[in-house]
Amino acid sequence: MKRIIAAFLILFSTQLHAETMKLAVTTSFHNSGLSDVLLPVIQDEIGIEVQLIVVGTGQALRLGRAGDVDAILVHSKAAEETFVEDGYGTHRREIMYNDFVLIGPETDPAQIAEAATASGALQKIEAIQSTFVSRGDDSGTHKKETSLWSSAGFDAASFGAWYKAVGSGMGASLNTAAGIDAYILSDRASWLNFGNKGGLAVLFSGDPVLFNQYAYLPVDPERHPHVNATAARQLEAWLTSPTAKELINTYQIDGEGLFTFNATQ
Amino acid sequence: MTHSMSVSLHKMHVKRRGKSILGPIDLELAPTGFTMVLGPNGAGKTTLLKVLHGIERVSSGSVQWSVSGAQAQQEQAYVFQSPIMLRRSVSQNLAYPLQISGISKAEITGRVETWLDRIGLSNMAERPATRLSGGERQKLALGRALIRDPQVLFLDEPCANLDGRSTREIEALLLNTLHTGTRIIMTTHDIGQARRLASDVVFLLNGELHEQGRATEFFDEPKTPEAKAFLNGDIVE
Amino acid sequence: MNDILSGIQAAFWLIVTLDADLIEITLRSLQVSLSALVIASVLALPFGTWLAVRRFRYRRATIATLNALMGLPPVVVGLIVYLLLSRSGPFGVLGLLFTPTAMIIAQVIIITPLIASIAHQAMRELWAEYHDLLISLNTTKRQRIMTLIWDGRRALLTAGLAGFGRAIGEVGAIMIVGGNIDHATRVLTTAIALETGKGDFELALGLGFVLIALALLVNFGIHSLSKTEREGRW
Repeated sequence: MKRIIAAFLILFSTQLHAETMKLAVTTSFHNSGLSDVLLPVIQDEIGIEVQLIVVGTGQALRLGRAGDVDAILVHSKAAEETFVEDGYGTHRREIMYNDFVLIGPETDPAQIAEAATASGALQKIEAIQSTFVSRGDDSGTHKKETSLWSSAGFDAASFGAWYKAVGSGMGASLNTAAGIDAYILSDRASWLNFGNKGGLAVLFSGDPVLFNQYAYLPVDPERHPHVNATAARQLEAWLTSPTAKELINTYQIDGEGLFTFNATQ
Repeated sequence: MTHSMSVSLHKMHVKRRGKSILGPIDLELAPTGFTMVLGPNGAGKTTLLKVLHGIERVSSGSVQWSVSGAQAQQEQAYVFQSPIMLRRSVSQNLAYPLQISGISKAEITGRVETWLDRIGLSNMAERPATRLSGGERQKLALGRALIRDPQVLFLDEPCANLDGRSTREIEALLLNTLHTGTRIIMTTHDIGQARRLASDVVFLLNGELHEQGRATEFFDEPKTPEAKAFLNGDIVE
Repeated sequence: MNDILSGIQAAFWLIVTLDADLIEITLRSLQVSLSALVIASVLALPFGTWLAVRRFRYRRATIATLNALMGLPPVVVGLIVYLLLSRSGPFGVLGLLFTPTAMIIAQVIIITPLIASIAHQAMRELWAEYHDLLISLNTTKRQRIMTLIWDGRRALLTAGLAGFGRAIGEVGAIMIVGGNIDHATRVLTTAIALETGKGDFELALGLGFVLIALALLVNFGIHSLSKTEREGRW
């Protein structure tokens, strides 16, 4: 019986850490590995243990609305602005951006590597109806992909069986694409950190429409008084500081830079 | 120990799904003695025992012990036809009725040892009860029934399927128990055993009380042709 | 095939080098699932036994419900617990979402019907055997239940093990209510899901083998415990 009580003490003590805050982030941000670099430094410099809840953009916004996290770090501008307008977040602060890339089989049956724009690349895929894997989970990446299709002149919802909406996170979707040699839109960070590349390669990138802006939104303490607003403020100050700028801009995977810091003071 | 547990049945009737199983019966049993319930298979012997013990529901009529119902059941013990062994050791089986009555551990240990000796199972006290032979099980069940010093002991065919030696040991235990003042009510198929043990007899036939009387009279001069046929070993219907 | 071999290799290295993250995650898995097991057993074992002993009007309906609840999809349990514990839900003030406690609550809900149902089946047989004797000895209801629990403890242990197996291997519910937070609510199954998502199959498989080994170890441990008890005391 003593042991059971001890187990419960351990269990509840995990909530009594000096200073913690919960930050909902997107799968793509977490998969980049940048958080593994930033979090220990944050802990050292401002003494806050940031607990990451890794979810899709849609769920991250929901967590913020429900007050289950103290702040969110996502990449879906329109949804973020609504979040602030509806009074769930105090403001939206842009931190950095990375970019999306189009990935596909190395043989590139649709020849998208020769396309001039992202729209052109997608049109080539549609023209031969080459298999395409979509996240299909209402995440930031999925929303980006849908908007790219519509600016290329298509409605993704009307596609046939070659367009596979898998309803999964970035990693699981990449696994699927690798398994069936399909085209897929991914953020560069997730791709570089992905361990099971199979016969896939980056075929198209660099179009400015593919830039992916990350923003930080603290949850409004007036709506949810229990949130750790102090920690959220401190974290924001740190994320926009020169230290963060240095760490974000120099973060590399396989010799490639991933993020560009663009927070304004 | 007070020996004042007489019982009377008044128009006692047991029915199941509209079918009469036993009764209606009017019966008086004295507070002492060794009553043997006899009769062919299906006559209602086990049902009568269970009714007297209070574990079989009565459809109509009454069962009146000379003490209150709760006290009556406290002072009784019942040995089932196929002895029920708790999945525990022999000594734990003996201790069980004492434990549930809230008797102190020291006293339990002493009484368990006494009874292990009386039923001749001292050398297998720690053996799982479920691994005992038929005769050993029956002796253990009897010891477990007697360990609370009941005023009334019910036994349902305690010696069915047992060899001569086990039967003799059990009969000796029963007579011993009778002499310490315990009232015994028992069923048997063995007429020889009934002659050896009974002080009075209740003869059931087709769910009805057919004859009741002192053992000597019943065995020597049965009043009805059916009882006579039964004692002769004929098939009685 | 190669993937599986390198997975075994990865698991081996993780264990022999006593990888700090692995140990932390494993201990948390055990902490969460064992706590859930203890709570669920305290609820389910007496309840299953009580159901076997007691006759009441809605007994059949209760048993049918219990058996149906056994098949509760963990993801749905996770979602419901999530909605209940969310700050905007009825128990939001407790601030339990994304803590090990929330994971324990979800697992208790998932395994209690399973343990109760298996316990009920085992106890029903034992009760059929003991019924006449316990009635004759004029036992109270409490004494009957305690006797059945004690004498049927091996069957109940099996029920508990089944519950533990389901708890420790569960991912859907605890992913939702725990959030898979590193150093806070990450357990073996959610870590496996995470590594698979990253395409890091070696580490995922390694963690998977640790999970399997853990389940086997706990099973053997409890089994040998019950065996020594059986030989020593009876």
